[in-house]
Amino acid sequence: MIGVGKMKLYSNVLDRPLSKGKQEVSLSAFAFLFSEMVQYNQTQVDNIAELERRLEDAGYAVGARVLELLCHREKGNRRETRLLGILSFVHSTVWKVLFGKVADSLEKGTEHEDEYMISEKELLVNRFISIPKDMGTFNCGAFVAGIVRGVLDNAGFPAVVTAHFVPVEGQQRPRTTILIKFAEEVLRREARLG
Amino acid sequence: MASTACFMIVSKNDIPIYEAEVGAAPRKEEAAHQHQFILHAALDIVQDLAWTTSAMFLKGIDRFNDLVVSVYVTAGLHTRLMLLHDSRNDDGIKSFFQEVHELYIKTLLNPLYLPGSRITSSHFDTKVRALARKYL
Repeated sequence: MIGVGKMKLYSNVLDRPLSKGKQEVSLSAFAFLFSEMVQYNQTQVDNIAELERRLEDAGYAVGARVLELLCHREKGNRRETRLLGILSFVHSTVWKVLFGKVADSLEKGTEHEDEYMISEKELLVNRFISIPKDMGTFNCGAFVAGIVRGVLDNAGFPAVVTAHFVPVEGQQRPRTTILIKFAEEVLRREARLG
Repeated sequence: MASTACFMIVSKNDIPIYEAEVGAAPRKEEAAHQHQFILHAALDIVQDLAWTTSAMFLKGIDRFNDLVVSVYVTAGLHTRLMLLHDSRNDDGIKSFFQEVHELYIKTLLNPLYLPGSRITSSHFDTKVRALARKYL
C-alpha cells in the first residue's frame, strides 16, 4: 500500500511524539563529531584547564537533558531523592542509554565521606583519541564528567566531577575514573533525611 | 469546569519561564498579580515537600481563600509546574501536568534552548491553552 512505512511529517517539533526514538547511532559519526569538537575547542583556548572546562560545559548541557528525558522514559515519572538512588541511576540507566552498557564499577571513596567513583575500562569517547605527551594529564573524559555533573546538578545534588586516568598493572591503557565529590549541603540533607 | 486558574512554570532561582491564565471566567486585572504572589509564596513549601517523596505530582499543597495550589515537580528539580485553581478535579489536573511536562521536555531537548530561559514559542502557548481547556 502506498503510504505505509512513510513517516508522518510534523510541522512543529512540539507535535512529534516523545517516543523511544532510534536506539543506535553510528559510532563513527559520533567519533568524527567528537574529534571535531575537541579540535575546535583546542583552537579557542590557551591552556589545558580551559579546554577541559569547555568540554565539561558541553557535557553539562547534555546531562541536563538526559536527566529529564530518561526520568520520563525509563522510570515512569518517579524522581530520585536519595544519594545512592541518583548514583545508581547514573551508573546504570544513564550509562546504558548513552554507551550501551552499564558502567564497570561504582565505588565509595575511602578517604572522604563525600567522594564516589565510577570506573570504566575504556570510555567510549576516548576510544579513538590518543593524548600527546606534552598535554600531560588531559583527559577527554571531561566530556563525560560534564554529563554526570549535569545530571547530578539538575537533580539537586551539586557536585564537582572530574575524570582521571588510573594506571592498572597488567593493562596497557590506564583505566578511566570519574570522581564525584558532593557539596556540603547534599551530605547535610542526606543526614537529615536519614 | 474551573472558573479561575493560573498556570506557571518556575525554574531555577524562582524565575517564571512561562505563565498563562487558563481559567474560563472573565479576568479581573488585580487578580493576576495576586495569583503570581500566591504561587511565589508556595515555593518554599514545595522545596521542603519535594525531598520527602519521589512522586512528581504534589497536589493541594497550599490554600488561599478558596484557591488551591497544586504543583508538579520535574526530574530536573529546579523546574516546577504550578497551578492555582479552585476546582477539585485532581485526575484532570494530573493529566494536564503530565501533558505539559512532555511539551516541556520537547522544548528542553532543543540544543539551542538555554534551560531556565523564557519559553517564547507561540506554538507552545497554543498547545498549553488547548490542554487546559481539555483537562481543566
